[in-house]
Amino acid sequence: MSTANMSAGSEVVQADRSALLVLSKLLIRLRAFVALFALIAFFAIVNDSFLSSSNLIILTKQVAINAILGIGMTFVILTAGIDLSVGSIVGLAGMIAGGLINEGLVLPMFGVTIYFNIWIVCMLALLVGMAVGLANGIIITRFNVAPFIATLGTLYIARGLALISNDGATFPSLTGEPVLSNTGFPQLGAGTFLELPYSIWIMFGLTAIAIFIAHKTPFGRQVYAIGGNERAAELSGVRVKQVTMLTYVISGFCSAMVGLIIASQLVSAHPATGETFELNAIAAVVLGGTSLAGGRGAVFGTLIGAFVIGVLRNGMVLEGLSSFIQTIITGTVIILAVMVDQLQVRLQQQRA
Amino acid sequence: MVEQNDNILLTARQVTKLYPGTVALNQVAFNLYRGKVNVLIGENGAGKSTLMKILAGVEQATSGQLMLEGKEIAPGSPREAEKLGIGIIYQELNLFPNLNVSENIFVAHERTRGGVVIDHKSQEERTADLLQRLEQNIDPRTLVADLRIGQQQIVEIAKALSLNARMLIMDEPTSALSNTEVKVLFNIIEDLKAQGVSIVYISHKLEELMEIGDYVTILRDGNLIAEAAVQDVNLTWIVENMVGRDASEQYQPAPHDIGEPILKVKNLSLPRPRSADYVLKDISFELRAGEILGLYGLMGAGRTELFECLMGDHNYTADEIMLEGQPIRSDHIRGRIQQGLMLIPEDRQREGLVQTMSVRNNMLLASLRRYLRGFMLDGGKEQNAVQQYIEELSIKLPNAEALISSLSGGNQQKVVVGKALLTTPKILLMDEPTRGIDVGAKQEIFDIVVKLAQQGLGILFVSTELKEVLAISDRIIVMSKGRISREFSREEADEEALVRASAVGHGTASTDSDLTDSSEQSTELVGV
Repeated sequence: MSTANMSAGSEVVQADRSALLVLSKLLIRLRAFVALFALIAFFAIVNDSFLSSSNLIILTKQVAINAILGIGMTFVILTAGIDLSVGSIVGLAGMIAGGLINEGLVLPMFGVTIYFNIWIVCMLALLVGMAVGLANGIIITRFNVAPFIATLGTLYIARGLALISNDGATFPSLTGEPVLSNTGFPQLGAGTFLELPYSIWIMFGLTAIAIFIAHKTPFGRQVYAIGGNERAAELSGVRVKQVTMLTYVISGFCSAMVGLIIASQLVSAHPATGETFELNAIAAVVLGGTSLAGGRGAVFGTLIGAFVIGVLRNGMVLEGLSSFIQTIITGTVIILAVMVDQLQVRLQQQRA
Repeated sequence: MVEQNDNILLTARQVTKLYPGTVALNQVAFNLYRGKVNVLIGENGAGKSTLMKILAGVEQATSGQLMLEGKEIAPGSPREAEKLGIGIIYQELNLFPNLNVSENIFVAHERTRGGVVIDHKSQEERTADLLQRLEQNIDPRTLVADLRIGQQQIVEIAKALSLNARMLIMDEPTSALSNTEVKVLFNIIEDLKAQGVSIVYISHKLEELMEIGDYVTILRDGNLIAEAAVQDVNLTWIVENMVGRDASEQYQPAPHDIGEPILKVKNLSLPRPRSADYVLKDISFELRAGEILGLYGLMGAGRTELFECLMGDHNYTADEIMLEGQPIRSDHIRGRIQQGLMLIPEDRQREGLVQTMSVRNNMLLASLRRYLRGFMLDGGKEQNAVQQYIEELSIKLPNAEALISSLSGGNQQKVVVGKALLTTPKILLMDEPTRGIDVGAKQEIFDIVVKLAQQGLGILFVSTELKEVLAISDRIIVMSKGRISREFSREEADEEALVRASAVGHGTASTDSDLTDSSEQSTELVGV
């Protein structure tokens, strides 16, 4: 039988090790930052145009798409769920907006077609996104379907609806008609404030709101609790079903927002828009340090994660790497990030 | 040195197991007699399970020796223990419900043809042999999910035998069995003994131990207390050794006034899902303000389920549940909490705490709405609330932002209590609040409970530890098989009476008939 003797010598080693542990823990906790700055520094050195303001704006605009999806996804993943339907909601919301602008709302029984003001169009598209999110939430919490399956189903359904909406065709030139007073949609994608495109402001604004919700409201606290221990949350009086449902509604809202931004940037709505976006969003969340097991993570991390992916892509494009190789590198980075994540969990257990 | 004795299959010497912060086993010696039923008893946390896990290779001792037939062994994994002929049947059965009987028996030891393809025929033949040895008529191809619990247990036994176990550890094997199934199991145990298999038998049901046991070893707080042949001892001796008789340990709760009835429950029943049976049947009781009502019962008696029903967590039926003279309104947990009921769950880790959150956030979780300013949480209010209870409950912690998992068991439990108190409950349902915490922390929890009673809370206190229930309760209800079997005032309750009342309906010994006057009954209740 083994005998573990604690001698004075081993205590010294212990102290050394714990100092090392603290340092490595700190580095690991800030790993997303470390990775981001390393990437920025690297590309800044190898490519002069990387830090040009025009490139940075292009880069951030790309990041915004992924980051906004990631914000909603973060809430869902914090409850230990997953939302695969976000990419399809992007496509569907764009098509809803496009259809309402170009063709209006046709009410055959009254023989009229209603053209809405552009604000209302956007509002309706956002509502549709939230409705799909609500459907996800209901299927998951009321019918006990695993989030992966439920949202996989709505991924197909929402994509199908986007395709049906115009027989698989694009809604082109979403400029609206002055006669119908529904102009102005392209502004969302093309407009700027303080020289930054609106989409970037939306990204930062939503991030700020999401951080506030996550840390300053009972809802946010309960999201963390559900992901950490659903049963304990339930016994503490948390309305687990409602809270979980709401996270999917938030994710649906964020997805529809992205759908509007993209349709507006392109001044057209294509039904296939947003395919595989869900995977990018999940990657951003995971890179940002949020655990797929739920309960651990933060919205701000997701923002950083989205930037890591964006900088990596942008830098590789500037370097002229083939898109095939880009994909391989992106995948490698995601796996490395999760490996580091596991390391952190192990370090934490060691300390406990 | 222990002398070599041919009757002894295995000897444990000076076995010590340290976990961070606790001594689970302290220099324990244990003799396992060949071909006998060696009963191991002790209250929760006494160290029984730890000792068994060490024998079965699941855990390794910090120090000490295990001698199997004179040779030192140190099983480093369950697989190594299996090779030595040591089998274990856990309380929670470790079977795969989606596989059939023979597949379960040979899992991880599959018989193959050419090392690749599973030889189902040979496995099924061997399974049939084993089941025949156990005199069980079970088809080897039956899915385990389709077997009754008692039959599943027999499959576990067959599995151990298939590995040529010389020694079989059974951890509370009867906790989920019906009376007839218990009889079958006891017959099997007798057969196994006759075949030379040595049994280690762990159970809380003392009557049962008297019936089946040959030797008894008693552990308390990680220490070996006594070893004896069952024929030389009686129930009273066992109870005394198990709970200890140290007068200084007798807890005297401070006086508290008992007021008006605050909770009335009439005929609460909870049907067992997909069966005509009941988990709880016709539970009626009354709890007064400032009263500590102890609830004692064995595993499966329905204590936890009763609490969960009171919190609105199950689809129970009841003629009446009155809270402060008003019928209870809400049928979900949140509403019950708002009405003044709060549960401190049995399993701190699984139901009480969110491990990923800080002490502060755990404590606030059940009462978040109280700290709102507008729709935003007010950090100052939160801090005050947490600080107040950290001081009031004297929780020892580096700071409130520390992860809950960095605290000791006792302090974690105090956080759960703090969380409950922050909801300002009128009635506190405490399900084994002292489980797995050290003696000092227990004392503190007791003091807190009494203080709350003094403040006029009604307290329902569940414990499987007799001494605890007896020490703290103003009144004690004993549950058995989902019913209230007896009620005791503080004065008339004693250990043996509670043990007897808790065995009503289990039918393993002659307890049912003489229950009504059991507290005065003679202590000569020697089984077999």
